Amino acid sequence: MNRFLPLAIAGLLVVLFLGMMLSDRNPQEIDSVLIGRPAPAFSLSSLADGAPALTEADLKTGEPLLVNFFASWCVPCRAEHESLMELAGRYRVPVIGIAYKNERDKAIGFLNELGNPFSKTGLDLDGRVGIDWGVSGVPETFLLDGDGVIRYRHWGPIVGDSLEARLLPELEALR
Amino acid sequence: MAGELGHFALILALLFALAGAVAPHIGAVRNDATLMAFADRSVLAQFLMAVTAFAALTYAFVTSDFSVVNVATNSHTLKPMLYKISGVWGNHEGSLLFWVLILTLFGALVSWRGRKLPLRFRSRVLAVQSLLVLGFLMFILFTSNPFLRLDPAPLEGNGLNPLLQDPGLAFHPPMLYLGYVGLSVAFSFAVAALIEGEVTPLWARWVRPWALLAWVFLTGGIALGSWWAYYELGWGGWWFWDPVENASFMPWLAAAALLHSAIVVEKRDALKSWTILLAIVAFSLSLLGTFLVRSGVITSVHAFATDPARGIFILAFLAVVVGGSLVLYAWRAPKLAPSGLFGIVSRESALVVNNIFLSTFAAVVLVGTLYPLFVEAFGAGQITVGPPFFEYAAAVLMSPLIVALGLGPVLAWKRGNISRAMQVAFPALVVAAVAGLVLVWQNAGGVVMTAFGLGLAVWLITSVFLEIAARIKLFRAPAKALTGLGKITRAQWGMSLAHAGVGVILLGITISEAFTSEELVVMAPGDTVDVAGYSFTFEGVAPVAGPNFTAVRGFFTVREGERVITSLTPEDRVYSNPAMNTTEAAIHPLFSGDLYAVVGEATGAGRWSVRLYFKPMISALWLGALMMMIGGILSLSDRRLRVGSPTGKKTAAQAGEGASA
Repeated sequence: MNRFLPLAIAGLLVVLFLGMMLSDRNPQEIDSVLIGRPAPAFSLSSLADGAPALTEADLKTGEPLLVNFFASWCVPCRAEHESLMELAGRYRVPVIGIAYKNERDKAIGFLNELGNPFSKTGLDLDGRVGIDWGVSGVPETFLLDGDGVIRYRHWGPIVGDSLEARLLPELEALR
Repeated sequence: MAGELGHFALILALLFALAGAVAPHIGAVRNDATLMAFADRSVLAQFLMAVTAFAALTYAFVTSDFSVVNVATNSHTLKPMLYKISGVWGNHEGSLLFWVLILTLFGALVSWRGRKLPLRFRSRVLAVQSLLVLGFLMFILFTSNPFLRLDPAPLEGNGLNPLLQDPGLAFHPPMLYLGYVGLSVAFSFAVAALIEGEVTPLWARWVRPWALLAWVFLTGGIALGSWWAYYELGWGGWWFWDPVENASFMPWLAAAALLHSAIVVEKRDALKSWTILLAIVAFSLSLLGTFLVRSGVITSVHAFATDPARGIFILAFLAVVVGGSLVLYAWRAPKLAPSGLFGIVSRESALVVNNIFLSTFAAVVLVGTLYPLFVEAFGAGQITVGPPFFEYAAAVLMSPLIVALGLGPVLAWKRGNISRAMQVAFPALVVAAVAGLVLVWQNAGGVVMTAFGLGLAVWLITSVFLEIAARIKLFRAPAKALTGLGKITRAQWGMSLAHAGVGVILLGITISEAFTSEELVVMAPGDTVDVAGYSFTFEGVAPVAGPNFTAVRGFFTVREGERVITSLTPEDRVYSNPAMNTTEAAIHPLFSGDLYAVVGEATGAGRWSVRLYFKPMISALWLGALMMMIGGILSLSDRRLRVGSPTGKKTAAQAGEGASA
C-alpha cells in the first residue's frame, strides 16, 4: 500500500467537509420533489365566513403567487409573519395561507392579532393537504408561477436575509 | 464562585498542556532528562486541573446554579438527581469537558503505570497526549465555554431532552467517550514511535492493553446505546445505521483490528507499519465522530445544537492531528520494515485475514456514511444510504471473517497446518451445517440467509468450545483435562469468551430478525390479541404523574394458554420541560425472547393504538456484547498484560507461544 494514500484520503475528506460547511446549506432541509410540477389537487374550506372553498384552481391566476403553510401554535410562523406582510404589501405578491393542523378559531385569532397578509385562506385541519404537498413542518412556503406550477419551496421561516437572498430572486425570475 | 474556579482551572490546564506538549520534545532532542521528566508533572497537573473544572461544573448542575448559561439551558430543579449529574455530560460544552477529563486521566495513567517505559519514549508519548489536551482545551475556551455566566439568572432552567432522561443513556455517552478517548493513548504511542522511528515488539506489548481497554469501553457504549434505542424509541429496533451510530462503529472496528494486529507485532515483529496506521486511523475515526456530531454537516438524531464556528474549529483540529500524524507516517513508514516472517497458513495469517475484513468493513461503513455528502457536494441531489447497503456489506464481509474466526485460534503460530486445524474444527462445521439444514427443512423457502446466519453462529460458538477442548486435550487424555483447564490463562479465557460473544450476538441478530412477531392494532379495554402464541389482554389505561412528566399508562396481561405470565405497563409520557412526548416500552424478558408492548395514541371511543411484539432471542445481542466486554476485561486482568506494566524481553519470551491471543 502506498504510504501517501491515507494522507490523500484524509486530505480529500477535509476538503469535502470544509466545502459542505462553507456552503449555504441546511442538512435538515430535504429537496422538494414537487418542483416543476403542478400543485396537487385539493379543496379546503376558507377561514373567512361565507367565502368559497380554496382549490388548486385558485392557484392558476396568470401571475406568480406564494402558498404559505402556517399554524397559530408554530413559533417560527410568528417570526416570519412580518416578511409575509411585506411580501403582500410592498412587493404586491398574492399570498395564499393554509392553516396546517390548526383549529379554525385559533387560526383566525392568530391573523387578527398579527394582521392578515393572505388574499385567500384554507383550513387543513387533519394535515392531509400538507402531506400531498410534502410539508415536513410549518412554516413552509411554495412559490408558484402563473400556470400553478411549483417553482420553488422555501423550507422553514422566512427570516433574516432569506427573504432578500433567496425568495425575492426566485420571485423576480418568474416576473 | 465555583464557575470562576472551574474557568480558571481550565486556563491553567491549557498552560500546562502547552508546556507539556513542547518541553519534552526539546528535552528529547537535547537529551535533557529534566525537561523530559517534566512531561510526567505536566500531565498530572493537567489532570488535577481538569478534575477541578469538572467538579465545579458538576457542583453548578447539582445545586441548579442557573446563573451559569450551560446549567440554565440544560437543567431543571425538578429533574431527578441522576439526570442533574448526567446533564453535565449531556450537552455539547459539558461533554467536551468530560473528553478533556478522560484525556488527562489517561495521560496521568500512562505516566503512572508506564514508569518502566524508557524516559525518552514516555515523555514523547505524554507530549503527544498533551497536544491533544491542548487542542480540546482551546476548543472549549474559545468556542464552547461551559462556565459562561448569565445575568440576570433565570429562576428555572430549560430542562434536559426527555429522551436523554433515562438510566441507559446516562451512562451511554461516558462509556463511548472512554472508548473514543482511550484510543488517544494508542494514537500517542503510535506518533511517539514514528517520531523515534522505531517500533519494537515491546511497543506492541505496551499499546495492546490500551487498545483493548478502549475497545471494551466502546463495546459497552455501543451496546448501551442500542439497548436504549430498543426500549426507549418504542418500535423494537436496536440499530439504525444512523451516521452517528456508524461513527461509533468505525472506531470499534478499527480498535478490534488494532488489538489483533498488535499481537502479530508482538509475536513476530511484522505488520508494524500497518499497526501504527491502524492506531492513527482508529483515533482519527473517533475524532471524525465528534466532528460529525458537532459540526452540523449531517443530520442525525444524535446531533448537538450546532454552530459553524465550532465546526470549523474541529475541522482545523482534525486536519492538524490526522494530517500531521499521517505526514509523519508517510515519512517514517519505510523505516518500519518487518524482521519476522510467517507462513501463509498460520495464526498470524489468520490475524491478517481478520484485519483485512475488519478494516475493509470500517472503510465500507465510512463510504456509506459519507457518500450522501459526496453526492450532494457534486450537485447530484440528495440521497440517503440506508440499512440495505450496510446489511449487505456486513453479510458479505463478516461471514468470511466469522469462518476464519472459528479456525484462527486453532492454527499454530508461525507455521500452521490447515488439515490439522480442520481436524479440530471439523465437528463444528458439521454441527453448523446440521443447524442450518434443520432450519431450511422446517421452513422451506425464504430462509436461506437465516439458515446461513444461524450456521455461522453455531460454527463459531462450537469451534470456541472445540478449541478449549483441544487445548486441554479433552479427547486425547480426558483424565488430565481438568488440570489442563486450570492452566488456561485469563487472556485465553478472555479470547474464547469474546469470540463466543460474537457468535451469541450473531445468533441473536439472526433469530430475532427472522422470527419476530409484530401486531399493530387498535384495542379497546378487554380485547385480546394473540402474538406468537402469547395472548395480550388490554385491561385499560390510567393517568400517571411523574416528577417532571405526566403519562398515560396502559395495562396488559400476558398469558400463555391459561397461565398468566406477566403484566406489562407501557407509558406514553409528556414531559413539561422541555415539552416533549416519549414512549416507554414495557418489556418482559423470557428465556426464549422478549414480550414487548407500546401504547400509542387514543383513537377515540376508549380505543388505543398499541404495538405488541414477541422478539425471540433478542437478549442474546446484549448478552453477547457483555461476553465480549468480560472477555476483554479478563484478558486485561491477565498478569502478563496488565495496563501499561511492561516487562522486559525476557519475560515476554517466557510468556510462551499461544498466549495473549
